[in-house]
Amino acid sequence: MSLLHIRALQLAIHGTPILKGISLDIAPGEILALTGESGSGKSMTAFATLGLLPQGSLAGGEIRLQGTELLRLTDAQMCQLRGNEIGMIFQEPMTALNPVQTIGDQVAETILIHGAATRDQAMKRARDVLRRVGLPEERFPVTRFPHELSGGQRQRVVIAMAIALQPKLLIADEPTTALDVTTQAQILDLLKSLVKADHMGLMMITHDLAVVSDMADRIVVMQHGNIVEQGPTQTLFRTMQHPYTRALFAASTHRVNLPSPKSRPEPIVQVCDAVRDYPLKKRLFQPRRYARAVNRVSLTIHQGERLGLVGESGCGKSTLTRAMLGLEPLQGGEIKAFGQRVGPGMPNGLRSGMQVVFQDPYGSFNPRWKVGRLIAEPFHLMADPPRGGALTDRIAESLENVGLQPTDADKYIHAFSGGQRQRIAIARALITNPDLIIFDEAVSALDVRVRAQILDLIADLSRRLDLAYLFISHDLTVVREITDRVLVMQAGEIVEEGPTEAVLNTPQHRYTQQLIAAAPRLPDLTTGDPDAAASDL
Amino acid sequence: MLRYALKKVVSLAISLIIASVVIFGVVEVAPGDPASYMLGINAQPDTVAALRAELGLDQSRWQRYLAWVCGMVTGDFGISYTYRASVGGMIGDRLWISLPLALYALTLSTIIAFPAGLYAASRRGKPGDVVVMGATQLGVAVPNFWFAMMLVLIFAITLRWFGAGGFPGWEKGLFAGMKALTLPAVALALPQAAILTRVMRSSLLDILGEDFMRTARAKGLSQRQAIWRHGLRNALIPVLTIVGLQFSFLLAGGIIIEQVFFLPGLGRLVFQAITQRDLIVVESVVMLLVFAVIFVNFLVDLAYAAVDPRLRSRA
Amino acid sequence: MKWRSLLIGGLLSATFLLAAALSFFWTPHDVETLNIAGRLKPPTLSNWLGTDHFGRDILSMIMVGARTSIAVALVAVGIGMGLGVPLGLAAAAQSGGVLDEVISRGNDLVFAFPSLVIAILITAVFGAGAVNAIIAIGIFNIPVFARLTRGAALSLWTRDFILAARVAGKGRARISLEHILPNVANLLIVQGTIQFSLGILAEAGLSYVGLGAQPPVPSWGRMLADAQTMVALAPHVALMPGLAIVLMVLGLNLLGDGFRDWLDPRLRVVRT
Repeated sequence: MSLLHIRALQLAIHGTPILKGISLDIAPGEILALTGESGSGKSMTAFATLGLLPQGSLAGGEIRLQGTELLRLTDAQMCQLRGNEIGMIFQEPMTALNPVQTIGDQVAETILIHGAATRDQAMKRARDVLRRVGLPEERFPVTRFPHELSGGQRQRVVIAMAIALQPKLLIADEPTTALDVTTQAQILDLLKSLVKADHMGLMMITHDLAVVSDMADRIVVMQHGNIVEQGPTQTLFRTMQHPYTRALFAASTHRVNLPSPKSRPEPIVQVCDAVRDYPLKKRLFQPRRYARAVNRVSLTIHQGERLGLVGESGCGKSTLTRAMLGLEPLQGGEIKAFGQRVGPGMPNGLRSGMQVVFQDPYGSFNPRWKVGRLIAEPFHLMADPPRGGALTDRIAESLENVGLQPTDADKYIHAFSGGQRQRIAIARALITNPDLIIFDEAVSALDVRVRAQILDLIADLSRRLDLAYLFISHDLTVVREITDRVLVMQAGEIVEEGPTEAVLNTPQHRYTQQLIAAAPRLPDLTTGDPDAAASDL
Repeated sequence: MLRYALKKVVSLAISLIIASVVIFGVVEVAPGDPASYMLGINAQPDTVAALRAELGLDQSRWQRYLAWVCGMVTGDFGISYTYRASVGGMIGDRLWISLPLALYALTLSTIIAFPAGLYAASRRGKPGDVVVMGATQLGVAVPNFWFAMMLVLIFAITLRWFGAGGFPGWEKGLFAGMKALTLPAVALALPQAAILTRVMRSSLLDILGEDFMRTARAKGLSQRQAIWRHGLRNALIPVLTIVGLQFSFLLAGGIIIEQVFFLPGLGRLVFQAITQRDLIVVESVVMLLVFAVIFVNFLVDLAYAAVDPRLRSRA
Repeated sequence: MKWRSLLIGGLLSATFLLAAALSFFWTPHDVETLNIAGRLKPPTLSNWLGTDHFGRDILSMIMVGARTSIAVALVAVGIGMGLGVPLGLAAAAQSGGVLDEVISRGNDLVFAFPSLVIAILITAVFGAGAVNAIIAIGIFNIPVFARLTRGAALSLWTRDFILAARVAGKGRARISLEHILPNVANLLIVQGTIQFSLGILAEAGLSYVGLGAQPPVPSWGRMLADAQTMVALAPHVALMPGLAIVLMVLGLNLLGDGFRDWLDPRLRVVRT
């Protein structure tokens, strides 16, 4: 008998249909992956199961947990099940915990609220559960507050709260999306071992096919509130009957047709022993202390070169970017661009040679300006910027360069999707005809299919224009596709560099090896054997 | 925690010093010589000079500032120009009306606002919420001194439940004193309660949207349990700020309300002093009020740290 | 539903603004003519809101008094915005710098002097009057706008479009004007309306205790002060000006809420 049994589940929020007849089963001890792009309804399926739908929701169909029809239970009855029979893990560990309560109290609360123990016993069990999820009391006392833990550690606390009463069903909503790859691998391992030990059913929601490919027993693919395809993981990857599944898979393993390298030996940017310190908040009666974000970094970008920079969050790659753009001063070493020194006081003409594309397509534009004015902003750097008709022509040309219409110049930014906004960001970066563009995690916030299109655009620009770029990313798969040479950064230092293929195939430094081992990968279908997870990345 | 408290003590001291300099400075630039004002236009120059010496007005600005500040620290606020009496004594008597009035009003405002805000937030968008929010909209718009007059009209003149004004003195017993302060306190408290209710409601609604409230529900807590155990303490942080600010408004607002009810508090003292150009009284009362405000804000800062562990470790 | 606040608030506020404007040319009765015989009359057909203790028409007094209230509150908000917004923008642009520290500390200090205490200090030293009331209320408005602007600007400064403008070589002053100001404008409009209503209340309070506009300029607060001793005898003399204040303030508050719902429901205003 299946543990969770969902039939013809429909859901409308304020009259808008969100789920249009979902049917799926989860057996005890089984890991089911629910995947699809944003807006496919995968998270809402989880919240419907948990009975925590937003206000104005109307659900129909049936959801049975061990035979009990959940949709007909009162909220009081659902409260008995939540935390006890069903546990849930959320996407954002930074905000999922109460900031003013200790982690021990928060884990013990799951036990106490269900009357499973006295206060002292609950606290003892909380300690045991925290040890189970890898937070032993010797190193992580239960009196810690959430802000004293890292993101990965907080996610372990959330997991501890969810499994404290050994529920039958565990629901994990994008549990590793907010985490770095190495942390992600550890959390996935932890989830796998817990599910196995307690014989739980796990509903794992993720947008990343690779994350679940070697973990899930079965995969459900969702699109626009429908299930388009479901089946055992290996069968599904082998057959892929629905075109949407194929499109999703193709986009995830997208090969970019990068033109052959045309790098020339003349350097355009030289970073030499750069050091960047941040002042920490000053404490009373103590000298000010500093945190070193970038530590003696040296690198060179040549004309027409496609360079990658890989590292996890907090490794200093964004800080390095800001220093290279001359936005922040260095505390040691120097950066030269086109032979001139880079820094906050550098001349505008020098700035126009380097432009940047940021990660967040929603925060990159002033919402009160029209697109034409937005992409023309870098003309401020030129001594004699085009005006009138010439300006309109340049804006139109720039928009066409990135696959948009000249008429788009008269619209406001809210009229565009995330992918279109990244195109506009690229148009803005291109308008001064720079020699170098820095892409700072420029495709990380996009859905897989949109990401593939933007990568193709970058390759296309590289073919048509004489352009060098520095592509900064945490995603090794993308860096492999789009760069010729790569630098690996850890804790403010460059630990390895070399041709992309060589570094990623035969990593020398331990950290690079860890990164590559931790990166989730899709089965390589070209070998015809989906079980043999591709050794190359 | 100790470090945090120490830091706040230092900033308290700095604020007080700057405030005292500002107040002293403003009074210094006041036109006219208090001594000649006190003695009238027909006074002999040598009498004026003698009085100037007696009041310490012949000393340099710095000496007078230091004398003023040191005096206040030891409880000596100087001599009133008009009454030739100790300002400290005059203030002390009046403070026993103004301070209880402000605290009474603050208590009322908090007692009304907390449940009202909680109720409105839990009934968001429903008739109960609409009624409470409508009442607060009105409460915010009512000037408290006019509201006080209407209370007098209804409860003192028409219904005769309370006296129309005056204060019997605390020696007549706690009940008689509190009764005389009740209408003024209600007049002060209700408009402030309206503001506090709105803050409480919106703060709670913000918290209800937080991820950790969803986590609490996923653990099996009911909506009510989640609000009590996780919501309230987090919602309290912005509410505390407003409670602290309100104390200063109640203390200052009390000055006006005292006029309506003929209460012999700091307000009466300060307005008499203004008409008589008794600047040393004005100076001292203003400094006292500012001290009270800064000190309450200091207490609020300490309360923050008690509520929010992030502050304890960050400072 | 969505437009209700804006509509009611707009109508109420517009009524008072028009009445104040009309009073320059015409009032039902002359407010300077005393008529002791016809004093303390309850509302009648010729005196819609009754007469006061000198026999003056209360409706006419309220219309003329609205001029004082609106003028004082408007100029005070103008002072607050005119000085507070640039200070807030400058503090946010130099976040963590000396200027930011000075402005923030200055704000804290002014907040320690409630507007009434500032008014007492100013009037004690420089004498009572409408101009000093404006200064007292205006000074208190400066930190309100400075704090609000700084807070909103600080979160804008972390956005990527500001970084893009810096990459485009724009200086902090230029970014503050081109990017920050237009994005805090909605917030300022909403808060400005709220401060306007608080200014009306503050002016009424100051003139009630005799620190505001001096006779013969009519003001709502002093009408109430005059009415106080007669509240048992003729309640309408105290009731009418009070209701005028309530309706005007209520109208402005609703207008502020309406602006917020219209422009951006997530805006946060402060109301103390």
